[in-house]
Amino acid sequence: MTSVTVTVNGASKTHQVEPRLLLVHYLRETLSLTGTHVGCDTGQCGACTVLLDGAAVKSCSLFAVQADGRSVTTIEGLAKDGKMHAMQDAFWQEHGLQCGFCTPGMILSACEILERNPRASEAEIRTGLEGNLCRCTGYHNIVKAVQAAAQKAR
Amino acid sequence: MKNIGDPLPRVDGPAKVTGAARYAYEWQVPGMAYAVLVTSNTARGRVLEVDASAATREPGVLAVLTPQNAMRLPGPTQGEPPDRVVQALQDDRVYFSNQPVAVAVADTFERAVHAALMVRIRSEPARHTVRLEDELANAVPHDLIAGGRSIPADEARGDVARGLREADARVEQTYETPPETHNPMEPHATVAVWEAPDRLTVYDSTQWVFAVQRKLARAFAMPKENVHVIAKFVGGAFGSKGSPWSHVLLTAMAAKQVGRPVKLALMRPHMFGMVGGRPHTRQKLALGARKDGRLTALSHQSASATSRFDVFVEGCALQARHLYACPNIESKHRIVRLDIGTPTFMRAPGEASGSFALESALDELAVALDLDPLELRLKNHAEKDPIEDRPFSSKSLRACYAEGARRFGWEKRSARPRAQTREGMLVGMGMATAAYPGNFAPAQALARMNADGTALVQSGMLEVGNGAYTVMRQVAADALGLPVEKVRFDLGDSTMPEAPITAGSISTASVGSAVLLVCRALRQRLEQMGASGAASYAEVVQRAGGAPIEERSKAAPGEERKRYTMLGHGAQFAEVLVDPELGMVRVARLVGAFACGRVLNARLARSQLMGGMVWGIGMALHEHSVYDEKLGRIISRDLADYHVASNADVQSIEPILVEEEDTVVDPAGVKGMGEIGTCGAAAAIANAVFNATGRRIRSLPITPDNLL
Amino acid sequence: MRHFSYQRAASVEDAVRAGPGAAFLAGGTSLVDLMKLEVLNPSRLVDVSRLDLRGIEARPDGLRIGACATNSEVAAHPEVKRRFPVLSEALLSGASPQLRNVATVAGNLMQRTRCAYYRDLATACNKREPGSGCAALEGWTRMHAILGGSERCIALHPSDMCVAMAALQAVIHVRGPNGDRDIPFGDFHLLPGDHPEREFALEPGELVLSVFIPFSAAGMRSRYVKVRDRASYAFALASCAAGLEIASGKIRAAQLALGGVGTKPWRVPEAEQALQGQSPERVAFQRAAEIAVRGAQTRRDNAFKMELARRTAVRALTLAAEGA
Repeated sequence: MTSVTVTVNGASKTHQVEPRLLLVHYLRETLSLTGTHVGCDTGQCGACTVLLDGAAVKSCSLFAVQADGRSVTTIEGLAKDGKMHAMQDAFWQEHGLQCGFCTPGMILSACEILERNPRASEAEIRTGLEGNLCRCTGYHNIVKAVQAAAQKAR
Repeated sequence: MKNIGDPLPRVDGPAKVTGAARYAYEWQVPGMAYAVLVTSNTARGRVLEVDASAATREPGVLAVLTPQNAMRLPGPTQGEPPDRVVQALQDDRVYFSNQPVAVAVADTFERAVHAALMVRIRSEPARHTVRLEDELANAVPHDLIAGGRSIPADEARGDVARGLREADARVEQTYETPPETHNPMEPHATVAVWEAPDRLTVYDSTQWVFAVQRKLARAFAMPKENVHVIAKFVGGAFGSKGSPWSHVLLTAMAAKQVGRPVKLALMRPHMFGMVGGRPHTRQKLALGARKDGRLTALSHQSASATSRFDVFVEGCALQARHLYACPNIESKHRIVRLDIGTPTFMRAPGEASGSFALESALDELAVALDLDPLELRLKNHAEKDPIEDRPFSSKSLRACYAEGARRFGWEKRSARPRAQTREGMLVGMGMATAAYPGNFAPAQALARMNADGTALVQSGMLEVGNGAYTVMRQVAADALGLPVEKVRFDLGDSTMPEAPITAGSISTASVGSAVLLVCRALRQRLEQMGASGAASYAEVVQRAGGAPIEERSKAAPGEERKRYTMLGHGAQFAEVLVDPELGMVRVARLVGAFACGRVLNARLARSQLMGGMVWGIGMALHEHSVYDEKLGRIISRDLADYHVASNADVQSIEPILVEEEDTVVDPAGVKGMGEIGTCGAAAAIANAVFNATGRRIRSLPITPDNLL
Repeated sequence: MRHFSYQRAASVEDAVRAGPGAAFLAGGTSLVDLMKLEVLNPSRLVDVSRLDLRGIEARPDGLRIGACATNSEVAAHPEVKRRFPVLSEALLSGASPQLRNVATVAGNLMQRTRCAYYRDLATACNKREPGSGCAALEGWTRMHAILGGSERCIALHPSDMCVAMAALQAVIHVRGPNGDRDIPFGDFHLLPGDHPEREFALEPGELVLSVFIPFSAAGMRSRYVKVRDRASYAFALASCAAGLEIASGKIRAAQLALGGVGTKPWRVPEAEQALQGQSPERVAFQRAAEIAVRGAQTRRDNAFKMELARRTAVRALTLAAEGA
């Protein structure tokens, strides 16, 4: 067992974990933060996307020990003071979701896109979200949601 | 007050954007153990030995279920079709590669995964065949099930041979669609909790809680009331969660054997074969037409793959029976048995694959006749059902063609291939007709008025991305005359009134009708009790003692189904850009105009249609479950090798809702929209690729190597 | 996943000392994935991701890129974009943002094949289990190599970054128990031959510290073209990194490497030489492309790659010549 201390959604957490414990299962099983989903097991679908020190990463392809001493934001940590993050609100209002399974990862990837480039073009949003697969919406409203959130931030 | 038709944002939106929505695997029960499947590596034969000795020595491993030690189920594992035949370790037979042959159970997920990988399977393989063409000679006719009804394999009218002889132009071609896999983003998952030796609670990722309940009750020989199935959110399904597969029984068996609650999720590679998919099809089309474009013959013969142990028939040739006016029509379905997992309904079953063939053939006919493809379809517009010789309950296809063509700019198309380029890319335009049955199956619902004036409405349908929580609330609020905030709609529980499967564009029409009827009944009762308007509901309930007033109703199709043909219609238009040297195809634009009766929520309907249209892009350009024929195994087993459309594959997608009133189809006036967006979309794209390149691709998917 | 011990290296020396018998973990995007499948089963992991190996530094004669610089950092670096546009393009055409945010240069050098049989424990694979056979040879070969294969392995090298680095003639700097050494890029990846399980020219315990890419005029006029089955987020059917130095209307120097076709990143010096002195026109590009795929051995499902690779090379050279 190895000790890990991770700041998750602003709160410091320390646990003894097996080195083979993946970050996604640490979040879901140890911390009960089940908004981070497992969709493919092989790093392709993006449902497990979280922010690690602000950068979007696939938590199914990282060990929990790799997050030691670092800061993780999951979908549960985006809202502040009970108020949804602008990106969450935009996904809702623009109907950028259907079944909702890809949504948390999609939102976190979208946050990073705007963090890097608040004026991302449609093409940049589309390629920026290449690592988040959605099987329901056809992506159109997802792109609209990101654009709406960007608009609101300006 | 009018709520129906309002673009109300999803009522389940906040739960989904905050991560609070709970999918099957996320239900936590104290003492939970974790199960992982072990699957076969041969396509046919027997399991001689499952060596789990190393696995069971691992710390935390609670059991490895094998064909030798798994409990014998006291009841049958299969019910009436379309309930699927499943493999639940009851014998040593292997019917397909990737079939479950053992289950590892451990106290943590990591231990269960590792234990599963340590299990060694020794099999006695038998000769297998997974190639459709190898068994085509043994194809046999088989009736099919579609929209919950049995339909004959073959239907015909007139004399196709004569029609072909009389034709001025003929197209006789064979088209092929590959096996595909649904790949919803949420892998199938089941949590099984034995509350008592004969009472089971199951959280499942399913499209039909009642099917799960029935299958478990039957297999464990319990009254169905003893099985409680819950599914509040399902992370996509597309048909793959329509019938309970092996893992559902195996999870319940594992929980029983280890004496703890057990949760199991399929790993993504498990989803290739074990939980269905769209079957490989080969379709022969023969069309004949007069110079003016009028069809003289239409023959559509489909052969589709199924397993050795169960039957699924892909209804490719069904729309040939209803879509075009033609005096001589034949439509035939054959099945080909292979050593594969049983295919099943996959978004727009039958129509997606069938429309690729039929609508491609019509495009070829238009070329042969030197007619505009849209003109050809208008020439053959069916005013009544050509085989049944009866009217349509409603049909707005002409308006779909007109509106779609206008928005798309169809008049800018050049009939000659390779005639248009843009920035070095070949530009092509193509179109196709879309049609999907307006299905309706018996559905029940309950409505309850509370003493505070709020209403609760329930039906055991599912939220799979369809927007059920939202649109049912709108229907209920409308019928009760209440604002939507005062109505709650709940679903996904086998203790609720029975709903049909949430699939096949059935559930919104059917449950929507049941909700409408039950809310009307409740309103009537409240009015009889003295209510005058929604504002007085609370007072009426309180005056009657305060206990909620409840009504239950059932909606069911009647004789009108025999008098009318009921179809949603649409017209799909595609513009593609093709790299002339490298063969890469981009779908620059898709415009689809659809008429599907009443639209309950335009926002949700448009999203549903867009998703369906993007499935058409996937079908045309990407999706293919590739079999290694020697191993008899799907080898494209993850989302890197099995491509679904990515965000950048989508450019402009425009669904158009064409107004249509249908007073016959069902009380809600709704024809479902879950499938029709996919119908015809692949054909429109393939036809556009022909227009761009002059290359007719008759076998999907269209990948760069096809266009070099 | 099997059990393993995990240790975070405190220094490069610490890592090198711990190295023999262990696997180095940087971003882990390839290694963790394969450990989950139990295709790779190291008993010890030495985490080098926090070592000071992330810098990107311009030298007088080239760019030195730290082993642990992430793909995102390298792709976005102004000097990379200016000096080696092909490298930035190649990086951005691979994987997805979440993976590029953690995947490192050294990890990408050591990216394993995406061969479906290598990843499927139910099938025979000489690379995964030496001597077990190769199911791919008679299997689905659409995503397999036509160049550099053997009767034991035809697994494709999947990296985009490496194709660009091969063309740019990068040099890999490593440190091991016996000290430091430089490995020319073309020598780093081994052909499968009789031992497909041996993939890299690294001695036990050797750790990649950096990659040096020499400045060149051709590098500044370089492009990456990738043909794939969908618009983004897919491995290459064929790709090409091409750079041209053009003076007085003639090609003075050329850089050319192919991806999606070889068991390693496929640079063909003869093709580059054939371009020298030629006018930067289609006929010369076609001739170079012809040379680049010489010796290809195709199979049932990948015969198209020969023609596709040629066309991809012509396209990349054309774009490089345009200097866009």
